[in-house]
Amino acid sequence: MVRRVVVTGLGAVTPVGNDVPTFWQSLVAGKSGIREIDRFDTSEYPCKIAGLVTDFDPERYVDKKELRHMDMFTQYALYAAHEAVKHSGLVITDENRNRIGVYIGSGIGGIGTTLSNYRILLERGPKRVSPFLVPMMIGDMATGQVSIEFGVGGPNSSTVSACATGSNAIGDAFKIIERGAADAMIAGGAEAAVVDIALAGFSNMKALSTRNDDPTGASRPFEKDRDGFVMGEGAGILILESLEHAQARGAKILAEIVGYGMSGDAYHVTAPAPGGDGAIRAMQAALDDAGLQTTDIDYINAHGTSTEFNDRIETLAVKRLFGDHAYRLAMSSIKSMTGHLLGAAGGVEAVACVMTLLEGILPPTTNYHTPDPECDLDYVPNVARKQDVQVVMSNSFGFGGHNASLIFRKYTAE
Amino acid sequence: MANEVFDRVKKIIVDRLSVDEDKITLDATFKDDLGADSLDIVELIMELEDEFDLEISDEDAEKISTVGDVVTYISEHQG
Repeated sequence: MVRRVVVTGLGAVTPVGNDVPTFWQSLVAGKSGIREIDRFDTSEYPCKIAGLVTDFDPERYVDKKELRHMDMFTQYALYAAHEAVKHSGLVITDENRNRIGVYIGSGIGGIGTTLSNYRILLERGPKRVSPFLVPMMIGDMATGQVSIEFGVGGPNSSTVSACATGSNAIGDAFKIIERGAADAMIAGGAEAAVVDIALAGFSNMKALSTRNDDPTGASRPFEKDRDGFVMGEGAGILILESLEHAQARGAKILAEIVGYGMSGDAYHVTAPAPGGDGAIRAMQAALDDAGLQTTDIDYINAHGTSTEFNDRIETLAVKRLFGDHAYRLAMSSIKSMTGHLLGAAGGVEAVACVMTLLEGILPPTTNYHTPDPECDLDYVPNVARKQDVQVVMSNSFGFGGHNASLIFRKYTAE
Repeated sequence: MANEVFDRVKKIIVDRLSVDEDKITLDATFKDDLGADSLDIVELIMELEDEFDLEISDEDAEKISTVGDVVTYISEHQG
């Protein structure tokens, strides 16, 4: 019999709060974390705004000397992992440490560290490049540092699948527990890519919103006047456990993870496949994995980036797969408030999904004013909605054509 | 002069290795007493080269084990 896997802890570092209660209250209140970028001069950049983490105090959990040798994406991950482990009440002992693993991805990794050292290389030569450059920049280091911090020696790896990274990491961690290779996993995504060269690269793809005079109104998923996504940063971490392990230690069970599906568009490096075929295959695979029907899904936490393409194709994919039920379910995008956290998006959106199940509240899609005729679903416009939901899906799609869907269900002992 | 060098070295070690100042004696070893790993030591050497405007060769760097080794080296090689 397949082992059931449950969620017992949540941690989030986001532009709208660095702990889960603040993050969730912000989403319910429709509060935006998007603001003007003040970390570098953006005068020559078409996009000057991002969802930025503020008031971040990593020394609460990690020594200053250690922090200096960690890129920000690792710091966000480590902080969120501490919050999640604390929340779960999981006590790590010599008996269980090698049955607990870590699976945290990052879409881009330590690009800030890479850049600052490249500047040193150009200005001062190769002898001045930090010996910590490599262990700071490599994208697996959030996972590595979290395993070191907690002394957990179970399965350990990380994903790189662009904006699907966080969902892939959680899905893969879920399967590791399901097949019995671990009893618990610390899983999610982390990103800290709001740096000049990445902003320039995304800008020149014409992927970013240029609504600089209205930062909080810039990310408007599924809305007619959307003009691109807004970069964000942070980390979202879940503690996943086998049901038996959680029950044996008397843990509070927050939700059950029941489905994971993924697919490749096999079409284009950035554009989604026309018709949303790849997204449909991922959502269908997640439903099959969960043994559920389309009509079982009450709510979708959309990828919903606020780009012309994504939102139209994601809507089309949901309509093609769910048929009439597409108009009955609700689908919202918290990226309207957080911006697009890239490799961390699936992590924080999974946290939001679990909170949705726990609280019976659907977070809104804010900045929704003028409907787009091609996006005609119930996007929970502007105001959070009290609605008891049993089963929710989270979608993440990444450049490269990666599609990942997760399904969470309200936990019942049955 | 050695005293002045020691004070400047001490300041860098406190900053880089986050250790209490009173643990930094001339006899203290970087690895065992101050908790530095091999990468910390490479980074520290780079800092010292900048601070004292000199170059410590890899061969010489490998011989450095205590704070006193550093102070002696710098005192002898400073221009």
